[in-house]
Amino acid sequence: MALLEITHLKKNYRSPDNQIHTVLDVPEFSMQPKEQVGLCGRSGTGKTTFLHLIAGILTANEGQIKLDGQDIQSMRESERDRVRAFQIGYIFQTFNLLQGYTCLENVLLGMSFGPGSDRAYATELLQKVGMEDRLHHYPRQLSTGQQQRIAVARALANRPKLVLADEPTGNLDRQHAMTALQLIREVCKANGAALLLVSHDRHILKSFDHCWDLATINKASKEADQ
Amino acid sequence: MTLLRIVLKSLRQHLLSTTITSLSIALAGGLILSVWIIKDQSNAAFTDVNAGFDAVLGARSSKLQLVLNSIFHVEASPGNLAWEDYEDIRKHPGVASAIPIAVGDNYRGFRLIGVTPELFTETQYREGSKYALEPNGRWMDPSRREAVVGGFAAAQLGLKVGDNFHPYHGLIFDEEKEHAETYVVVGIMKLSNTPADRVIWIPLAGLQKMSGHNPESASDVSAVLIKLRNPQSGFRLDMMYNKQGNRLTFAWPIDQIMAQLFRKISWFDKVLEIIAYLVALVAAGSVLAGIYNSMNERKRDIAILRALGARRRVIFGAIVFESTCISIIGMVMAFAFYGIIFSTAAAVIRFQTGVVLNPFALHSALIWTPAGMIALGALTGCIPAAKAYRTPVAENLLPVS
Repeated sequence: MALLEITHLKKNYRSPDNQIHTVLDVPEFSMQPKEQVGLCGRSGTGKTTFLHLIAGILTANEGQIKLDGQDIQSMRESERDRVRAFQIGYIFQTFNLLQGYTCLENVLLGMSFGPGSDRAYATELLQKVGMEDRLHHYPRQLSTGQQQRIAVARALANRPKLVLADEPTGNLDRQHAMTALQLIREVCKANGAALLLVSHDRHILKSFDHCWDLATINKASKEADQ
Repeated sequence: MTLLRIVLKSLRQHLLSTTITSLSIALAGGLILSVWIIKDQSNAAFTDVNAGFDAVLGARSSKLQLVLNSIFHVEASPGNLAWEDYEDIRKHPGVASAIPIAVGDNYRGFRLIGVTPELFTETQYREGSKYALEPNGRWMDPSRREAVVGGFAAAQLGLKVGDNFHPYHGLIFDEEKEHAETYVVVGIMKLSNTPADRVIWIPLAGLQKMSGHNPESASDVSAVLIKLRNPQSGFRLDMMYNKQGNRLTFAWPIDQIMAQLFRKISWFDKVLEIIAYLVALVAAGSVLAGIYNSMNERKRDIAILRALGARRRVIFGAIVFESTCISIIGMVMAFAFYGIIFSTAAAVIRFQTGVVLNPFALHSALIWTPAGMIALGALTGCIPAAKAYRTPVAENLLPVS
């Protein structure tokens, strides 16, 4: 059974002049458990919206998003929060680490809304991403690359089935981007999590066996181009 | 545990705001506690003090002035009454005991009161309690120039057994009005926590015949302290002196006269209460403003927490809990404020009247003030919490430049 199954997904936005615009129209998209998929697309083509819909942060106007057989779109908000807390890990372009929390606390927080805090596992994850000597540092005391490692560890803290990565290398130069990408993929693989990584940088996505262009799966994007 | 961690982090991140708002809660809580407890304790203490007597007989005046002058040793004496008046009431069948007192002199601001030895040997100033002396002291000999000093006055004046002093004329200390007579201290009284503690007691005749006093009124007394055999005697004497006579005033019953005083000044208590409640509202407002104004900077953190799976109600609860924590911290500090305000007020009241207030006495305000302030804090937190509850996640997760 597919881990993620998306069918007839539509997301509309109301513009300031009260016109309704469809930004996403995805007839079909799926991912298998532990699969790693790259998704590319130009800026403004709805990549982040697509991930927010999968994560249940946004709701679609039409369609289904089934994660592990459960339709996220038909869930109440609190149930979607629960799915995020237990089944999804999210890596943001700007990492979105909580500045008032240490590295270890950021990772523990990633667990606390789901399976519960597990200090040993949090420490183990931070070791995996090479941050075992920065457990009690605050994000502001770290370099961009180090912050991203913490974000990767946090995304895996709740032992998710699916990790969503939104332009995770967007703030890094090419060399560091490749290193970071390798890290994300290795850690996801080691933890048995599927990975959906979106980026506008096609070079980054070359290493993925399965790579999609959002423009090809998003009918709304095609219509806009026409 | 997660909620507690989030709240403690937030309190630490907003330390200045937390400190200021907690202090405002502390001030408000301390004021409310002080106003209520000092008011009630003063009321109880003053209406409870009667020095062991039921009534006071004195020159024609207000009953309150008579009681304040004779029992609390404040206020001016309304005048004298003749020795015959004292003899008349002493022999009245409804009177169990009658002790004459004379006032009019002081020593460095502390009143000298002329009295007969019965005050010390026969009177119970409180049920089962008689005035007592510190070791090495004795009661004064009424035929000598000897003095027994109240414990508080002795401590303030530094007087001890064997010391000599010259009284000063009048109730207000004036260095130029020193009397020629020398009195020797023969005893220091143990503290009774009554107005007697701040008095220097000398023999009645000593004060009546002090140099400079009018020799023609040397046998007059300032007032007579009366213990009645039964309440009916009080009604009869009240009728006799106050309604049928017009020369003397019979102040009875003492506790109701003091209660009347507190009823008369109850408007002042109301004003203090209103001020305290307004301060509480301002404090609650400061908690509201402090958290509400920080909501913009917290939006991103809230969105991150939501993206990590925190439910809306967790976010709402965290803000309300934070507001509650500020109130709890404030109320802990409020007890310190209360201690300072109460100690100051109690010291002033004791110095002026000798009446002692107890800061550790149980009072319902010690329960409902913290409970009320914490509930108010929690309620106040609901407003920013509602804003946090509605924080849109997606738009606050957008990269910041």
